[in-house]
Amino acid sequence: MLAGRQLPWFPGIVLAALVFTAAFAAYLAPQSPTEGDISRKLITPVWMERGTWEHPLGTDRFGRDVLSRIIYGSRISLAVSLVAIGVAGTVGTGLGLLAGYRGGFTDAFLMRLTDIGLSLPIVLIAVVLVAVSEPSFGNVILVISLLLWPRFARQMRGETLAIKQQDFVALAVVAGRSSWWIMSRHIFPNLVPTLLVITTLQVGYVILLEGTLSFLGVGVPPPNPAWGLMIADGRGFLATAWWISLFPGLAMLLIVLAVNLMGDWLRDHLDPKLRQLGIRAPLLDAPGIEPVGHAAGEAPARGASGGGDGG
Amino acid sequence: MLVVEDLKTYFYTRRGITKAVDGVSFTLEAGETLALVGESGSGKSVTCLSLVRLVPEPAGRIVGGRVLFQGEDLLEKSPAQMRHVRGKQIAMVLQDPMTSLNPALTIGSQVSEVVRLHQGLRGSTLRERVLDALSRLRIPGAETRLRTYQHQLSGGMRQRVSSAIAMSCEPRLLIADEPTTALDVTIQAQYLELLKEVQRSTGVAVILVTHDFGIVAAHADRVAVMYAGRIVEMGSTLQVFDNPGHPYTRALLRCLPDVELTRHELVEIGGQPPDLARLPPGCPFAPRCPERQPICDEAYPPSVPLGSGHAAHCWVAAGAHA
Repeated sequence: MLAGRQLPWFPGIVLAALVFTAAFAAYLAPQSPTEGDISRKLITPVWMERGTWEHPLGTDRFGRDVLSRIIYGSRISLAVSLVAIGVAGTVGTGLGLLAGYRGGFTDAFLMRLTDIGLSLPIVLIAVVLVAVSEPSFGNVILVISLLLWPRFARQMRGETLAIKQQDFVALAVVAGRSSWWIMSRHIFPNLVPTLLVITTLQVGYVILLEGTLSFLGVGVPPPNPAWGLMIADGRGFLATAWWISLFPGLAMLLIVLAVNLMGDWLRDHLDPKLRQLGIRAPLLDAPGIEPVGHAAGEAPARGASGGGDGG
Repeated sequence: MLVVEDLKTYFYTRRGITKAVDGVSFTLEAGETLALVGESGSGKSVTCLSLVRLVPEPAGRIVGGRVLFQGEDLLEKSPAQMRHVRGKQIAMVLQDPMTSLNPALTIGSQVSEVVRLHQGLRGSTLRERVLDALSRLRIPGAETRLRTYQHQLSGGMRQRVSSAIAMSCEPRLLIADEPTTALDVTIQAQYLELLKEVQRSTGVAVILVTHDFGIVAAHADRVAVMYAGRIVEMGSTLQVFDNPGHPYTRALLRCLPDVELTRHELVEIGGQPPDLARLPPGCPFAPRCPERQPICDEAYPPSVPLGSGHAAHCWVAAGAHA
């Protein structure tokens, strides 16, 4: 099948660039991301009349270099998504696997818990958390994990239910294996392809969510160069200094697009059943999973396009 | 070695109680092969699942009887004790080779998992035993197969690997639930021959579930014919084939194509198997039975001895031998 050989060049390159940028931010960024020269504030990007190569994408209202802040900001986006997804993925997969395998009361209890989790008003929780404590990375991770784990739990439970029906699980029971062993060694490896797909699709969502929270002032605390914070920073200058908001918005758009394309590609290629049949079935179109990265991504997307409108 | 007494497994459904297994009794000696024969839904598979207590709960439940395995009642064991028995003493081979191996693990790791668990071996001795187990079931190129996944193997090869896994813990009892249904005919014969060979060398007792009388004739020592959750006739293979005591058995045997007799049309058994949730009070086969008597609709027939170890539940046989 020819389509099977088509590699996802665009998302691959974008994501590799993201990881590279985040890893070597200190070498790539021309200026400090947090220290600014107030006398050099609101410098335009290089191709405009007041522009200079010292600040290729201009400076913000404190004279901080926008490009450097975007470069360092990639670290925040990446770190937040990795940690939050790590936490939520581990908890969600564990509980989903347990619920699906055990069934009965355990299943009912855990699934009601995920229902509750899925109905939490997450932005409100973030606001409350910030009201009772300071904005911090810990809070961001906590809030995002709280939102994400039920998605993992649901999907993994469903997969587990399907895998549990297969004979090799019954045979492992007959072979005298413990439930723990069967779950970790016989079921979990079969969850990995799906897990990889959901994880990828969640990365885009988390980046947008972190952007939203930071934009609202309940996410990553300033002066960290989070993209959402930068968009919020430039909000007051959209008419005059649009570049402050536009470029972080574009960065976010690019990454999220790349991540979602990658997720789609993985989805189409990792399911051996689909691969054999040559079908591209929407694996994750189950209710509750579908809105990932689309509907929920509206708020920061507006922030980004707001920047674009100004220019 | 295995004594099953009055085993009852019911399924509790919205439509009522389905008596999937209703008072099944049989015995099995070491090295012996007992064939469970019957139509789909006659309770063969549920009987097997009940023996290892894998009846799908909570819908299904073993509601009565005893399963004495080497003198101990399996139905009274705790889950932990049961795990021990299952792993060491009882093994299973199932019908569908497509799902009986884990697609995410290599063949090698699946076989060695069992060998390691049961014999506590490691390193090169473990590897030797694994290769041993595979080559005992005549899996060619066992060495290279270790690193392959199930999707790289044919159906027959997968079934052999499943059997190698089942046999590698040297069980006393092997439950083979239609092991050849998914294989084509030439592979079937080959596979069953292998199974017989392994059985001869290890003395394992086999419960062979099948609906193929050809397989029964060639491989079973004794036969239990099941209908509607009960054993309606049991005896040695010879006895049952030569002198079938139950009209259902006779009907099943008539369904076989016959090479010697020039009979061109295959006979079928008319009607449908009964609804297990609404069994009639009498013999469940009565509505389809060509030899039906008035009494057949009134009470379940008693066991009628037809020779040493040969018996059938049938009013007609009772009348004939009374």
